[in-house]
Amino acid sequence: MATGTEPQRDSGGVRAGTRAAITAPHLRTDRWWLAPAVTAAGLFAFVVYSTWRAFADAHYYAAPYVSPFYSPCLAENCRTMRAGPNADLFGGWWGISPAIIILIFPLGFRLTCYYYRKAYYRSFWASPPACAVAEPHRGYTGETRFPLILQNVHRYFFYAAILVAGVLTYDTVLSFRDTHYRWGHMGLGTLVFLVNIVLIWAYTISCHSCRHIVGGKLKHFSRHPVRYRAWQFVGRLNARHMQLAWASLLSVALADFYVYLVASGVFADPRFF
Amino acid sequence: MSSYEARFKVWRGDAEGGGLTDFTVEVNDGEVVLDIIHRLQATQAPDLAVRWNCKAGKCGSCSAEINGRPRLMCMTRMSVFDRSETITVTPLRAFPVVRDLVTDVGFNYQKAREVPAFVPPPGLGPGEYRMMQEDVDRSQEFRKCIECFLCQDVCHVVRDHEENKPVYAGPRFLMRVAELDMHPLDAAAETGLDRKRAAQDEHGLGYCNITKCCTEVCPEGIRITDNALIPLKERAVDRKYDPLVWLGSKIRRR
Repeated sequence: MATGTEPQRDSGGVRAGTRAAITAPHLRTDRWWLAPAVTAAGLFAFVVYSTWRAFADAHYYAAPYVSPFYSPCLAENCRTMRAGPNADLFGGWWGISPAIIILIFPLGFRLTCYYYRKAYYRSFWASPPACAVAEPHRGYTGETRFPLILQNVHRYFFYAAILVAGVLTYDTVLSFRDTHYRWGHMGLGTLVFLVNIVLIWAYTISCHSCRHIVGGKLKHFSRHPVRYRAWQFVGRLNARHMQLAWASLLSVALADFYVYLVASGVFADPRFF
Repeated sequence: MSSYEARFKVWRGDAEGGGLTDFTVEVNDGEVVLDIIHRLQATQAPDLAVRWNCKAGKCGSCSAEINGRPRLMCMTRMSVFDRSETITVTPLRAFPVVRDLVTDVGFNYQKAREVPAFVPPPGLGPGEYRMMQEDVDRSQEFRKCIECFLCQDVCHVVRDHEENKPVYAGPRFLMRVAELDMHPLDAAAETGLDRKRAAQDEHGLGYCNITKCCTEVCPEGIRITDNALIPLKERAVDRKYDPLVWLGSKIRRR
């Protein structure tokens, strides 16, 4: 028979005032915690790995491959990469790993990405942990105040991400050389770089800001047929934004790890031709 | 045709209090949760209050929470549950309860009134509107909404924070703002109404943290977050947070 018959007048949320008197914060019976737990584990693993590699300042170049974490390399303390992505913009005063300079941009792009926002709001901040599962916070202002209002700069990180993806494309072209910098060769690393750059571009282009910029902001698609087609193309990719976000995160880590293994002498890059 | 006895827990009560009541009830092949609630009314609880109408997923009346998930009772097949499972049915938990499974969804009508209506284009009379299909495709997706208010119920901004109700329109009505802002003939801008800015300033778009629960529960499969809320956020960025777009629009106006 009826249980828990007193309404919880004092508490907020689903137990507030005149709502149905149910004391449980949620009544879901499925494994709702699995998705946020897996997401948190995946993101945490990447953060640990990328922090180690970004600060390592070693084993990031094995001709002709340069780690995507260190490209472009913008300080004097970078290793010299023949015809590679070296640009000594920061000079000699930069003392720590040069990866830190450039990683700000892809990090900012992913941190303000609409998919990753959903992922970490749910899995790290439990806001909400899952649909119809009560969040533990007393107050909520969303993205209306500092610092979360800064999420609105996502499109600027998108522009920066385009430039970084351009440099990584250049690195992939350079990977069609052998260890003596002769063109027309290919190794397993070239394949790893090719897969990575395709996924990086697919993730970057499928961004919601990109979808808005290429055509979403228009009121009349019929007056802009080229932009309409571009918007449709980006929209199709955008439907896969989550999958592309994870695939490109994994591929960029794998590309870096491959360079690490070759540069640290664990194995020699298998050459196809 | 096979049948079995299912265990149900149905919330019964009103604003003064209530709780989950246990029932054991017959279930036949092909039935949905609403059928079972009707059988309970017919056989065991004749005063059980439930709002329903079309039984076809088009009127949006029979919204409830089934095993803690906001769903339409008429579109939830019994076959998706294990026969040994106890099925819990409660009213929507974001709105004040009236009685049993019926809630007061007046919050949504209040929010609907706060969204300024379509502004007819000057110089065009009824029957003279002409629009290209590609210009209205986006809005037509949003017109599939049956106003079941499951998205409003699941949105944690108001579900978990009653104090946000005055300042936040919720996904259904932010989608309405997006629909009007994308409408090829809406002349709001000519009358000085900036829907992009209003979405942020008047309807609380910034409260949305795009966690996509509205999209997950939508029985019409509308991609509310990707196609309405995020594009609206980007449009608000054009107005409020992007100095280059702001500068470009100033120059173009001259």
